[in-house]
Amino acid sequence: MTWGDQALFIQRTPCCAEVPAWWVQLHAFSVQGLFGKNSEQLTNSSSGLELEGSVRGRRVESPTDNTEELWLLHSNIDAIDKRFVGPLGTIIIKCKDFRIIQLDIPGMEECLNIASSIEALSTLDSITLMYPFFYRPMFEVIEDGWHSFLPEQEFELYSSTISEWRLSYVNKEFSVCPSYPPAVIVPKAIDDDALRKVATFRHGGRFPVLSYYHKKNGMVIMRSGQPLTGTNGRRCKEDEKLINATLRAGKRGYIIDTRPLNIAQQARAKGGGFEQEAHYPQWRRIHKSIDRYHILQESLIKLVESCNDQTQNMDRWLSKLEASNWLTHIKEILTTACLAAQCLDREGASILIHGTEGTDSTLQVTSLAQIILEPRSRTIRGFEALIEREWLQAGHPFQQRCAQSAYCNSKQKWESPVFLLFLDCVWQILRQFPCSFEFNENFLIMLFEHAYASQFGTFLGNNESERCKLKLQQKTMSLWSWVNRPSELSKFTNPLFEANNLVIWPSVAPQSLQLWEGIFLRWNRSSKYLDEAYEEMVNIIEYNKELQAKVNLLRRQLAELETEDGVQESP
Amino acid sequence: MEHIRTTKVEQVKLLDRFSTSNKSLTGTLYLTATHLLFIDAHQKETWILHHHIASVEKLALTTSGCPLVIQCKNFRTVHFIVPRERDCHDIYNSLLQLSKQAKYEDLYAFSYNPKQNDAERLRGWELIDLAEEYKRMGVPNSNWQLSDANREYKICETYPRELYVPRIASKPIIVGSSKFRSKGRFPVLSYYHQSKEAAICRCSQPLSGFSARCLEDEHLLQAISKANPANRYMYVMDTRPRLNAMANRAAGKGYENEDNYSNIRFQFVGIENIHVMRSSLQKLLEVNGTKGLSVNDFYSGLESSGWLRHIKAVMDAAIFLAKAIAAESASVLVHCSDGWDRTSQVCSLGSLLLDPYYRTIRGFMVLIEKDWISFGHKFSERCGHLDGDPKEVSPVFTQFLECVWHLTEQFPQAFEFNEAFLLQIHEHIHSCQFGNFIGNCQKEREELKLKEKTYSLWPFLLDDQKKYLNPLYSSQSQKSAVLEPNTVSFNFKFWRNMYHQFDRTLHPRQSVFNIIMNMNEQNKQLEKDIKDLESQIKQRKTKQTDGILSKELLNSVRPESPALKATLSLKEQALLPVNNVLRTIEGSSPADNRYSEYADEFSKAEPAVVSLEYGVARMTC
Repeated sequence: MTWGDQALFIQRTPCCAEVPAWWVQLHAFSVQGLFGKNSEQLTNSSSGLELEGSVRGRRVESPTDNTEELWLLHSNIDAIDKRFVGPLGTIIIKCKDFRIIQLDIPGMEECLNIASSIEALSTLDSITLMYPFFYRPMFEVIEDGWHSFLPEQEFELYSSTISEWRLSYVNKEFSVCPSYPPAVIVPKAIDDDALRKVATFRHGGRFPVLSYYHKKNGMVIMRSGQPLTGTNGRRCKEDEKLINATLRAGKRGYIIDTRPLNIAQQARAKGGGFEQEAHYPQWRRIHKSIDRYHILQESLIKLVESCNDQTQNMDRWLSKLEASNWLTHIKEILTTACLAAQCLDREGASILIHGTEGTDSTLQVTSLAQIILEPRSRTIRGFEALIEREWLQAGHPFQQRCAQSAYCNSKQKWESPVFLLFLDCVWQILRQFPCSFEFNENFLIMLFEHAYASQFGTFLGNNESERCKLKLQQKTMSLWSWVNRPSELSKFTNPLFEANNLVIWPSVAPQSLQLWEGIFLRWNRSSKYLDEAYEEMVNIIEYNKELQAKVNLLRRQLAELETEDGVQESP
Repeated sequence: MEHIRTTKVEQVKLLDRFSTSNKSLTGTLYLTATHLLFIDAHQKETWILHHHIASVEKLALTTSGCPLVIQCKNFRTVHFIVPRERDCHDIYNSLLQLSKQAKYEDLYAFSYNPKQNDAERLRGWELIDLAEEYKRMGVPNSNWQLSDANREYKICETYPRELYVPRIASKPIIVGSSKFRSKGRFPVLSYYHQSKEAAICRCSQPLSGFSARCLEDEHLLQAISKANPANRYMYVMDTRPRLNAMANRAAGKGYENEDNYSNIRFQFVGIENIHVMRSSLQKLLEVNGTKGLSVNDFYSGLESSGWLRHIKAVMDAAIFLAKAIAAESASVLVHCSDGWDRTSQVCSLGSLLLDPYYRTIRGFMVLIEKDWISFGHKFSERCGHLDGDPKEVSPVFTQFLECVWHLTEQFPQAFEFNEAFLLQIHEHIHSCQFGNFIGNCQKEREELKLKEKTYSLWPFLLDDQKKYLNPLYSSQSQKSAVLEPNTVSFNFKFWRNMYHQFDRTLHPRQSVFNIIMNMNEQNKQLEKDIKDLESQIKQRKTKQTDGILSKELLNSVRPESPALKATLSLKEQALLPVNNVLRTIEGSSPADNRYSEYADEFSKAEPAVVSLEYGVARMTC
């Protein structure tokens, strides 16, 4: 990549000087990704300062001086490398959205300065110094996203149909379970005191709560942390009572433990464990093996590395794709979700899902099962509500999991692409049911980007308790405030969507699963022809609507003329 | 027919191909002269043409009956269980006989009768006219002419009668060159690029051994390069791997020595031979057919089969060819060993990249007629139409279709036809229902009198054109463009809709493609409706103004009948459900997807664990 007059500068923007800058702004005559590919849209703007919505590297072309600008949020930077050949320095910026940018900077000192600035600015310690706390929207807020999906409202949606459940505020002060929201839905028959007892028996205080109510047959999905049985088989009567309260007389339920049996058994040594048959005779336990933590992170690192290598031959590509195990994880997660949905819909049985903490694989399974079962979660609004309920409120630790992405060297145990795997699974279902979702692929990509780096506060913090302490609602803007504006929504709407009330069962065979090119090959391939074809498809659909409207209009006109004629002609 | 002993067997089970737990449908199996038919309890019919059967296998007797596994050339695999061994044995023997005919005359095409008269049939055969095609390319012209050297198939039996050669190449040169080329297949024109004045020529390997030369052959090559005023250098592409070509020298064959030919650039491109391709596909199919296949086994199987590597090699060769013509205006001579497999692949794909005409439905038929059928790709041997040498069978043409499919994936708007068109052609190279692909060369086809005794496939495909149209095709945007595909490894994907075309549970449940295709059709209808309505309104309006002028006169006219209105509103309703029919969701059942079967550790883990099968929970203890 050549930089015309190599002017890279770190602009202190948009406000006061004592806070760090959040954007790397790059000026150049030509901006190219490492692979000569730029898929993002060129926006004409003379100011080049429009920050609105430009989370990822965004190019702004200024018509006056023929320069291009690329804006990159510091928090999007995953790693940087520097190299020197003689006096020429090279900085390679690797982004959390997998993009790689190479800057050639003459002058060693300047290069080092820039590199260390970027390094410092992209690894801020304090959350409150991050960009969302200083971001001021340049758009009009129509609806405050912080209030779009309140638990009370969500419960309202159910309340007409579910009489056996109640909204409990036992966790109002986050004292019973630090990773739960203040309001949770629990069986009516169980009082708050019992909940407190159950919390002591479940990992992280995560007592079983309602995740999904299947209107068709009144069966439910609950989720929790693992039971703390330990080696001596501790039991908790209230826990048994709680989950039994969800069963109809004579009916069995299923417990889906996302860990393989041997891992669950090992967990006993550390005070964890699983539900013993003797104490839960009405429940049948199924063990699955969804991987977690660094295993997933390593899988992502391998996959991205392989996708970035354009030179490898076919055998190497296929063997690296296989070795990354990414699609194996996808298959395992999807299969478990399908199994859960099958138990609920076809067996007419209630389910409890947990792994160890109940904050990762558990949420993947509960949320995907809802995508399969519940048409509402396949709409834009419903999917947002699902993310809010099953990921944010449910305490998926975004801050930890998304701290680093595929290029990090730190390898912390808590970094893991759990949410990305979930989005990938949704994409796989979307591929198989392209007319059943109100949103398109871009919506999923956007959520991925914002989970890792954003100007909005939505994905900050690890749970509601932390978000409260950070006063995110007061101090930052919600992602939903931006997304749910008509101008943005139009970008994320699937033109093929036609609502159906069906349960959608995806195929999980390896031949049916695909690499998500829109994420993993995004910066490495030209999508020009694919984009054009997509546009053509949209045109055909729009044209169809237009024609239909016109035909109906003409028919009405004709009918009117006919009645007029009739009036005229009848004496 | 004498081969059929049993025509009907009841209580036959058709097993789910991928189920690990013997899920099955029960029904009746019928054996006809041309097809094997299975009708299940829901009256769903499965037709299998005898010619499509690649192998029949009788497995060891089980308690429920005698298993019969049939693998088809169109990648359908069926697994029956016949209750009585005797019946199974009869069907097995009949199918063995019926699927491998000894004589051409016993093939389906010779008995297939689509109720057309002779004139219609002849018109069908005349639909594709190669002389017309060469004219379209711009030959004959001042540099290229039609040669009558092979008019009686005297020089080369496997070439067509009409061959185009450089004008300056005299008959003795042609004859001399043909004696120096394997099977007499001397260099001739395959495609002429009018604006670049460059040519794609094809031939077989030279009989050069370690040192033999042939002046006539050298002259012919020089004539080809001289026929191109734009670039006097020409490429000679040997599509074989270098080692294979070198080994051929020991047998008195080999490749061109750059020192002996002036102005040539010699290049190996490394496409493997038919035997490697055959076993590669075999491995691929083995992997695909595995029950409870894991992601890792799938990808390691895909890798070790080498299939996508071979596809990429063919594509890379075609790109090399297209680039030489498009970027350097250089003519290219392509050959392999005999010049009818890899050469056909590379010449036809190269032309397809260069010339948008071949990306239309008709153009694609022409391309197949020209580079495959007329130049003697041995369809009958490669597809195993007759009971012959299994070592001659190879999926060379299938690979060509797959390369085209990969191009349609990269350039979704560049092709007039869709995937269904490719699949349908693939179906018929094996079906022997039409005469086009029967025989191994033109001479043989003439001897078989195919044009009198059988029908051509192309008019039938054209009649059905609607089904094969790509709704996103844009004849403008990429019309003149040379396609420049990117062959980075990750652009090559497993072609599920070919190799699993009958395994519907593996397919997406809603097809964007079908919806857009139907919407396109609907749009045409709507445009027509609008015109109709507008003219009706116009009529009414003029009538009204007339009416105002001469109100009294019109008093006698009857008011519009309510019946017409009713039909109009009916039409309006009828328009919309089209979508709904299309958007039904196929295979939407958890049982079809075998979620529980993919969990391997799950039934063994411990006694009280539940295994879910076909939506029914069952204890495994």
